[in-house]
Amino acid sequence: MLLIHCPYCGEARPELEFRHAGEAHVARPVGADVGDEDFEAFLFLRANPKGIVFERWRHIHGCGRFFNAARDTVSDRFLVTYKAGDKAPADIEGGRV
Amino acid sequence: MAEAFRIRGAGRIEGARGVRFSFDGQSYRGIEGDTLASALLANGVHLVGRSFKYHRPRGIVSAGAEEPNALVGIRRDRSRQTPNVRATVQEVYDGLVAISQNRWPSLAFDVGAVNDLASPFFSAGFYYKTFMWPKAAWERFYEPFIRRAAGLGVAPDRADADCYSNRFAHCDVLVVGGGAAGLAAALAASDAGASVILADEQAETGGALRGEKTALVDGKSAWEWAKEATETLAQRANVRILTRTTAFGYYAQNMVALSERRTDHLAEPPTDMPRERLWQVRAARVVLATGAIERPMVFPGNDRPGVMLASAARCYLNHYGVAVGRRVGVYTAEDSAWQAAFDLKGAGIDVSAIVDSRPSPPEDFVERATALGIECLTGHAVTGTSGRLRISSLKARRIGGTAIRDIACDALLTSSGWTPSVHLFSQSRGKLVFDADSQRFLPGEGPQDCISAGACAGALSLAEAVEQGFRAGAAASGKRRRKPVPMVTEGASWSEGTLGPAEDAGTGAFAKAFVDFQNDVTAKDIAQAVREGMRSIEHVKRFTTTGMATDQGKTSNMHGLAIAAGILRKPIPEVGLTTFRAPYTPVTFGALAGHARGALFEPVRRTPIHDWAKMQGAVFEDVGQWKRARYFPQDGEDMHGAVARECRTVRESAGVFDASTLGKIEVTGPDAAAFLEMIYTNPWSKLAVGRCRYGVMLREDGFIFDDGVVGRLAEDRFHVTTTTGGAPRVLHHMEDYLQTEFPQMRVYLTSTTEQWAVIAVQGPKSRDIIAPLVEGVDLSDATMPHMSVREGKVCGVPARIFRMSFTGERGFEINVPADFGRAVWEEIFAEAQKTGACAYGTEAMHVLRAEKGYIIVGQDTDGTVTPHDVGLAWAIGKNKTDFVGMRGLMRSDLAAGGRKQLVGLKTIDPRTVLEEGAQIVADPNEPVPMTMIGHVTSAYWSENCGRSIALALLKDGASRIGERLFVPMPDGAVNVEVCRPVFFDEEGGRLHG
Repeated sequence: MLLIHCPYCGEARPELEFRHAGEAHVARPVGADVGDEDFEAFLFLRANPKGIVFERWRHIHGCGRFFNAARDTVSDRFLVTYKAGDKAPADIEGGRV
Repeated sequence: MAEAFRIRGAGRIEGARGVRFSFDGQSYRGIEGDTLASALLANGVHLVGRSFKYHRPRGIVSAGAEEPNALVGIRRDRSRQTPNVRATVQEVYDGLVAISQNRWPSLAFDVGAVNDLASPFFSAGFYYKTFMWPKAAWERFYEPFIRRAAGLGVAPDRADADCYSNRFAHCDVLVVGGGAAGLAAALAASDAGASVILADEQAETGGALRGEKTALVDGKSAWEWAKEATETLAQRANVRILTRTTAFGYYAQNMVALSERRTDHLAEPPTDMPRERLWQVRAARVVLATGAIERPMVFPGNDRPGVMLASAARCYLNHYGVAVGRRVGVYTAEDSAWQAAFDLKGAGIDVSAIVDSRPSPPEDFVERATALGIECLTGHAVTGTSGRLRISSLKARRIGGTAIRDIACDALLTSSGWTPSVHLFSQSRGKLVFDADSQRFLPGEGPQDCISAGACAGALSLAEAVEQGFRAGAAASGKRRRKPVPMVTEGASWSEGTLGPAEDAGTGAFAKAFVDFQNDVTAKDIAQAVREGMRSIEHVKRFTTTGMATDQGKTSNMHGLAIAAGILRKPIPEVGLTTFRAPYTPVTFGALAGHARGALFEPVRRTPIHDWAKMQGAVFEDVGQWKRARYFPQDGEDMHGAVARECRTVRESAGVFDASTLGKIEVTGPDAAAFLEMIYTNPWSKLAVGRCRYGVMLREDGFIFDDGVVGRLAEDRFHVTTTTGGAPRVLHHMEDYLQTEFPQMRVYLTSTTEQWAVIAVQGPKSRDIIAPLVEGVDLSDATMPHMSVREGKVCGVPARIFRMSFTGERGFEINVPADFGRAVWEEIFAEAQKTGACAYGTEAMHVLRAEKGYIIVGQDTDGTVTPHDVGLAWAIGKNKTDFVGMRGLMRSDLAAGGRKQLVGLKTIDPRTVLEEGAQIVADPNEPVPMTMIGHVTSAYWSENCGRSIALALLKDGASRIGERLFVPMPDGAVNVEVCRPVFFDEEGGRLHG
């Protein structure tokens, strides 16, 4: 079970309190005139890399807030968590932003 | 029966209370502190089981958790029976009942042993080859046969009567293993003030020191030092010692799972004591002091009862005071087995010979053995054994020579070296590094805050193990070490050994040199697997099943790997190492389930009206976690009769229905309407206060996600309802968009599902029923038309009254605070009875809504259905520029023809009710597989229509109205006619009163 630091509560809590919510920084295209390729990218295409992923979590059995995290899928280590709306930190080792 | 093999003056449990136990119906004596294995050996019993495949007689191999052979069933009573218990781990208690497994009719005479003679047919991978043809034989013969043959023990046939518990714990340092290294680590860490948990799988700490007799630590016997160290630790407030506790899983961020056995050693466990306790420990640092496991030699006949590990014999002698035989032979390729021979000889046991495959073992050993009168055959191999149910002699041959000597013995101790127990380290995702010199996998770099110490980290002597442990404990505490390292003198040591087959392991048609005892895998099987093309050890493992038994190959994996590598002429690391997976040793389902059984498995949700419905004799159904009244049978009615009556009564008079389980979300704030515009397909901004609307919610992909009626109570306040099962996911979905896509909106979402009891009153008389109870609301059609909402009082209680309908009749849904739900319900019901109305359940609700063609999301939709598919295109706001799912709906596949659309089906024979889920075809005579063009989603007997009705999703359904189609069933196709999905009051006049 992972320990996850909730950036809103300011402390690390057990994974039981959280729910994973998919890849982070996938921008929702607005309106009806979005092209097929852009919409396909939004709806279907995910990075799923081996290594550092940026993903969304929700502290569902805590404060209820959605936030973002950078996690290494190889070691399962969380490198950083940050609030929804904040930019992905650029200085993460091996990361891409 | 006397304990003929108990040696006076040997061992540490002498003088403890005697106990009686039985094995296969025979009564024996033992001593408290014995394991079942030591007590059986004390009585001269080696034969304890039959092997899995060949049913060969098998004896006790080890003295610990790695035991592959000595698996027995332990029976307390019919609901407390445990199969596959390792006799080397099970402690004896007075009255213990153990039985052997995998034999018939008896352990000594087992019919299944014929498999041994037929062994050439059971070679590696035989079931991949043997059971291929004829195809028809599979169901009739092969599968029943394999099922009967599979498994060793017998599973109990009753529910487990014991209880299990679980605990979470946090500590600075978790020390796994209470042997010399672990104790030293715990001492050092706790000395520095760290909070420490020390877990050990044995009944008491000490680990491998159980078998030790000569070593001294800090001037004391090593065992005494261990006991004193344990005493010191037990008195420290910052230390918790858990014995009989196996660390079986190492998970992310230093989460280690422990299974503590609390009652398996007790004759009469207290009834309130959990049998096992699952610990989930989060440690800042972990010290792994898990020791090493001795490997047997791989030679023909190495599985005969009486052949066992040298360290086990030493442990049985020095700890339990039990001699494993009267005339013992030794076959080894490393140093520590020699000490076993010396100890046995010192206890007065005859040692017939020490056979060492090394041409020149340490000279002082040979000298000492010779001085003790033990014959040393160095550079020799044991090439066979004899004896039926117990070894009677070994056959020794000089390596390279031909002359074979037959040496009598009743036990043979073997050792080919020690395999560090790196299981947990590997589970922690640590990298294992192969040390070619010592032929061992050792802990390398690890991603977690974890230190390995002692024999598991490659220590080759007790002194080294204690020092490593002490330093690891001090380092893990994060403080400077203050005290000196315990000093080991006269220390035990062990050497590197040998891997793979010994002499003659691979020759002779019937010679069997076992690698994996529990799964009956021989050296030849592994060689055959490689010959047949298996190149990776992962393939060899699965083809031969080596290492796949309940012991997970603790004594066998390295041999198997070395054999494969030898044949492939590759270095061991290139052939690979199979993955170490949790659990380290088997864990009961009880421990994992803990309290989450029966009524505590999942919360049960009951409405405020539940008890009333129960009193009325309602039959309930589970809807998610909710209990809902399904129907209210009267005067011996069956379900069909009750549902028919309820449906008829609602349309003739009225019915009262408990809709409290509906999901409810209060959406408030200045941007509430704008937010709902994004979440639903419908427009909301122009919805007047006091009106409500049926809303459809999509996912981004354009498919229906949920639906429900939303009422506007004020400009900035909406009462949202969701499906019963959908409430949590709808709130999650709304929160997601509110927090991450539209964070600028000033909207607040509150779950109010359980705050409101909801009483639906539906039917022509519904207004007459509630009118006398309502204050402050004009219920007339003119001022409160269909789809409106008012706040007022019902029975003096604040209420939200919706005029809405899920039946097609004039209807009201009255929301009152949950605590008043029962009282208001009873008053409404009393009024209802005056008009001849009744209470109705979910089944009638389903039928009534289907008569009107109202869909249920999740029943008539399945996550691939758009609003257009089910006739809800009208619910999409035409002038909206964005909502969740709007762009998704424009995907070409969703707009194209050929989609399944909601239709009604009428069976040509009106009495036939279709089956939900049944497929629809155009030509019932088409050969299988037929072209399926749709499926039935809802089907009922409709009392009000006097016929069966069904809803279906049918390809191009809207353009097939009037067509005759077929629903194939096992006893013939049912003829149906496609119709519009409304069966009753198609014009909808009844809705409006």
